[in-house]
Amino acid sequence: MKRSHDSAAVNSDMIRRPIQRWSPLFLMPVVAAFLIGFVWPFFHGLFLSFCKFKTTSNWEWVGISNYEKALADQSFMYSFGFTALFAVVSLVLINVFAFAVAYALTQKIRGANIFRTVFFMPNLIGGIVLGYIWSMIFDGFLGYYQTSILMDKSWGFWGLIILTCWQQIGYMMIIYIAGLQAVPEDMLEAAKIDGANGWQTLFKVTIPNVMPSITICTFLSLTNGFKLFDQNLALTGGYPFEINPDGSAVRTTEMLALNIYNTFYGQNTASRGVAQAKAVLFFILVATLAIAQLSATRKKEVQQ
Amino acid sequence: MKKLFAILMALAMVLSFAACGQEETPNEPGNEGEGEGETAATGSVYWLNFKPESDEALKAIAELYTSKTGVEVKVETAASGTYSETLTAEMDKSNAPTIFVVSPNGVPTWGEYCLDLTGTAIEAELSTDAYNVYDEDGKLVSIGYCYECYGIIVNNALLNEAGHDVSEITNFETLKAVVEDITANKDTLGFSAFTSAGMDGSSSWRFTGHLINLEYVHEYRDDPEAWGNGAYGPATLTGAYMDNFRNLFDLMLENSTTDRKELANGGFDAAAEFAEGKAAFYCNGNWEYQGLLDKGMNAEDLYMIPYYSGIEGEEKAGLNCGTENYWAINGTASEEDIQATMDFLVWLVTDPEASEMAVTTFGVMPYKSAAESTNRFLAQANAYLADGCYNFAWVTNYQPNVDDYRATAVAAINAYNADPTDANWATVVTAFIDGWAVQYALANG
Repeated sequence: MKRSHDSAAVNSDMIRRPIQRWSPLFLMPVVAAFLIGFVWPFFHGLFLSFCKFKTTSNWEWVGISNYEKALADQSFMYSFGFTALFAVVSLVLINVFAFAVAYALTQKIRGANIFRTVFFMPNLIGGIVLGYIWSMIFDGFLGYYQTSILMDKSWGFWGLIILTCWQQIGYMMIIYIAGLQAVPEDMLEAAKIDGANGWQTLFKVTIPNVMPSITICTFLSLTNGFKLFDQNLALTGGYPFEINPDGSAVRTTEMLALNIYNTFYGQNTASRGVAQAKAVLFFILVATLAIAQLSATRKKEVQQ
Repeated sequence: MKKLFAILMALAMVLSFAACGQEETPNEPGNEGEGEGETAATGSVYWLNFKPESDEALKAIAELYTSKTGVEVKVETAASGTYSETLTAEMDKSNAPTIFVVSPNGVPTWGEYCLDLTGTAIEAELSTDAYNVYDEDGKLVSIGYCYECYGIIVNNALLNEAGHDVSEITNFETLKAVVEDITANKDTLGFSAFTSAGMDGSSSWRFTGHLINLEYVHEYRDDPEAWGNGAYGPATLTGAYMDNFRNLFDLMLENSTTDRKELANGGFDAAAEFAEGKAAFYCNGNWEYQGLLDKGMNAEDLYMIPYYSGIEGEEKAGLNCGTENYWAINGTASEEDIQATMDFLVWLVTDPEASEMAVTTFGVMPYKSAAESTNRFLAQANAYLADGCYNFAWVTNYQPNVDDYRATAVAAINAYNADPTDANWATVVTAFIDGWAVQYALANG
């Protein structure tokens, strides 16, 4: 048996074997939490999407009719379109700005650390609070013209974009800063010696090297865009509505998650199964998009 | 060093497990086996309360009962506007509420969970069956525990200051004359006729839930059959009285402390405006009474008048009296818990001290031995009825898919307030009248 006094001792069989034997114990808390908090509710929810139910323990099997109703629901389709548009616009804006800010703050500027901290801070505020704060800000401004963010759907849309950007740019910025700091100095120096200008260095050297950061940031901002709920609820609540001549209404700033919530709670309990079916469709949509986007950007990553 | 770290991690893990275990304990059903021998065999009471404003009072009542009998009474209150969500979640638990609120609208959903109250001890205490809710099979699902009234609250001191008196107001014409006179002299008087009519969630229900009742109730009076003589709502409305609704709504908005264009934002405090003497009229209900006195208003200045809106014969109109507060007992609870709950409710409506506390927060309780109410607005509501005026029954309780329905109405009103044209009013009518049919079909389809 090999004995040594350096740090490799930790890797010796003497220590490794007991740890290996006990590894299930160490994994248990996380596995248990995952099973209780994710796996069980997920499959229970999947099951309930085929049922008519009042409470989750009181159900009646109805097959796929919930899915038929969900897909026939105009408001669901509308909110899908609205959410997709929102996700794409916020994805682009958040990442462009976050990268730009990160790039600026990795140059040698005085007070860069303070800027980083300040830009990151909005991310620490909860979505509901942010929604109400921003509704006060927007309405404080729009109130001057005797109107409100609740009165026009394009204001609602851009209001949500501004809010989301303000909240998430700082977070993505931190990821980009980490990526930018990992770009090898020698590559940048080589580019400089070869006579590359600033833009060429950025696009040919820096960006290919931060592709892993871009992958994770686009993944996060895309899924965040689709899943947005608190901010939507607090800032616009779906207002304004377009009221059809038949008395039905389209909530013009209602995103998918809020649509599901409103279907579940705003209407009679008969629609709870439909809301659950919408939630399953929502999961499939977000998961598919996220996987597609991950594999697309992964291909562009370079090995250092 | 690393060994120490591993030990620490292991300790942290074990402790976190222990913590989880402790959190689980309160979820065990009932309070059986919780030490104290004398309560071990009895059930417990869990009241899922509906009104945030009565939360404190109910908790005090619960404490009083526990101190007297040793029976555990838990009072939880759902946040404003989330009763349905909270009840849904709570009913799934092993220690589900034993008392909860089931209004006529809630019967299709919750009726099967309710104990049939026919012939029970609490039913025997009722002084009227006017607030009983039955399901299709005639099961007594829930019983009213208080009733309330709403209308237009008047500060007569301000009317006198303006050279008028509340007794002048007997219909829409006279109301309009007083209101417009106040507006004409607003600058010298220093107050407006009406308080703000904010359209945010904290205030919009005063209009989309209460004021609109004047439309429904007259339809109901024209054709009681369509409303099952007050037992359920119709599938469609005619909208025959929407012009009257507009009369009164416009009067409130054009003669208000606040420009109607700013109402969509909300954030106004109408109660404070009224209590501070910034407005003479305030659209709300008897539950505001105590709060207004606490804010320093004089009881004798306070009056409540009906929704006068230009309907023929409205000189004989009364206030909107009814309730949305109905007790139901959870029939799926254990025998002991049901018995404990029944005992608690009977005590609540018969014990002088407890019923006094309850009446202070609830207004009036329709129970034989309950304490008398001191609420002036309720006394006035009764005076109208004694004069032979007709009551505005709370048929607004039958609004189908109430949250969605009202949200749509608010959206339409916002657009109308921004630009009060006839076209925009037509949208408000669509939201209220056609929207009813749409939501009715969704809820019952």
